[in-house]
Amino acid sequence: MEKLINEFSLGLFFWQTLLFIALLLLLRKFAWKPILNAVNEREEGIREALTSAENARKEMQNLNADNEKLLKEARAERDSMMKDAREIKESMLTEAKDEAKAEAGKIIASAQATIQSEKQAAIAEIKSQVAELSIGIAEKVVRKELANDKDQSQLIEQLLKEVTIS
Amino acid sequence: MQRKTLLKILILFLVLNVVHVNAQHEDEHTESSELSLKESQKLERKEYIQHHLLDSYDFNLFSYKKDNGEKAHVGFPLPIILWDNGLQLFSSSKFHHGETVAENNGNYYKIDHNKIYKTDASGTINYDDHHHAINDKPLDFSFTKGAFMILLTCILMFLLFTSLAKSYVKNGGISKGFGRLFEPVVLYIRDDIAIPNIGEKKYKRYMPYLLTIFFFIWFLNIFGLTPLGVNVTGNIAVTVALALLTFLITNFTGTKDYWKHIFDPLGDTLPWFGKIPLYIILIPIELLGIIIKPFSLLIRLYANMQAGHIVLMSLIGLMFFFKSWFGSTLSFGLSFAISLIEVLVALLQAYIFTMLSALYFGFAAEEHEHHDEASAH
Repeated sequence: MEKLINEFSLGLFFWQTLLFIALLLLLRKFAWKPILNAVNEREEGIREALTSAENARKEMQNLNADNEKLLKEARAERDSMMKDAREIKESMLTEAKDEAKAEAGKIIASAQATIQSEKQAAIAEIKSQVAELSIGIAEKVVRKELANDKDQSQLIEQLLKEVTIS
Repeated sequence: MQRKTLLKILILFLVLNVVHVNAQHEDEHTESSELSLKESQKLERKEYIQHHLLDSYDFNLFSYKKDNGEKAHVGFPLPIILWDNGLQLFSSSKFHHGETVAENNGNYYKIDHNKIYKTDASGTINYDDHHHAINDKPLDFSFTKGAFMILLTCILMFLLFTSLAKSYVKNGGISKGFGRLFEPVVLYIRDDIAIPNIGEKKYKRYMPYLLTIFFFIWFLNIFGLTPLGVNVTGNIAVTVALALLTFLITNFTGTKDYWKHIFDPLGDTLPWFGKIPLYIILIPIELLGIIIKPFSLLIRLYANMQAGHIVLMSLIGLMFFFKSWFGSTLSFGLSFAISLIEVLVALLQAYIFTMLSALYFGFAAEEHEHHDEASAH
């Protein structure tokens, strides 16, 4: 302890205190404040950049989710539209088919009716012509061979046969 | 491979030892006055180390003996500033390294045991029974070697850190140049010393002091390890000045809670009549604590740096003690290893001083909520 007190020099103490306080004040003004401010600013900047990046990432995620949702909706809409179209097509086709069938039936029926009536008319005409012809033949036969009864009946029979064949 | 080299080194040491022993035998043959010479050399070395640890009035780089036996010193003188019935200002070269009496304005001064005493023209100094000088001592404000190194460190620090500060402005917030090396240290002091000990709210007030004191001690410690070897932080006056600042800042920035903690440590937990017998003991202890805290700071730094220098110089002194290759290699190896440890100690002591200062500031700046806690119970 005595050695310590003996070693203590007031001069050095004075210079140390003076120089150190001067250094402290000077550095505080010209070095530490600017350095700490710059470092703080930089850190603040980094923090801000990080949070903004995080926000951007979140926004991006939201956007993606929105896009996905929109896409899904669009897809669903398209599907439903396709389905509707298919149904409409189907119904139209069946309708058309039914209509066509009905029309065809009608046409066939009228054609058959026409054919029938034509046939009837033709038959009637043939009948009338046959009758005329037979009358003509009968006339000729009657004129030619009325003498012979046997021949007469034979002829009539033959004629009648022919008539039935034709 | 390693074994072989080890073996070689061992053999080398053995050979050197033999040489050494031979040399000793030869020494014994010479006169008996050799012994006294050795003793005096030993004394000289001890004195040299002690002298080195102290402050001095001139900046002496090294001394050697000329061929004609005269001592020569390489270095430069520093101003002597004394208050002795008026200001006395003169160069320390007048003392001729403490060997002669200096005269200024008709006053005579002489250096004895590293202190300046007033004396007469012939330089007589009277001693008491304990071999202490009893001459008048003028008030000594000399700009000594230590002060010179402090000034140098201050200038260096100022240039270094202002250039660092400027580089932030020039480079858009990113440091550049040599000062950049210290930016992580600045951040470390802020994030791992100041904020955890003082708290987020108040640390900013103390930052300039903590940063200055850390770099100041660190740089001076490192300077002490350079060949200049100026032992500034191992000087009691310097550590007292540093610790005194910590003490003053601690107590001048102390909050109400800090003082309450000293004069009323128990708070509302005990009725007043219960406190009286306890406080007779507690308050003096707390008051002593205020002084003991910075006192431990100053002693720790002083003792560590002083011890480091003594060990290093003693190891280097071994070289002269053994006077052989063996001694030199041993001394070199040991002092090299200790130097490396000292580099670590230089940083460590600066860290400890700063850390503890921050801790004390933390106590002083604390504002705890124990009032609410007490009422809640």
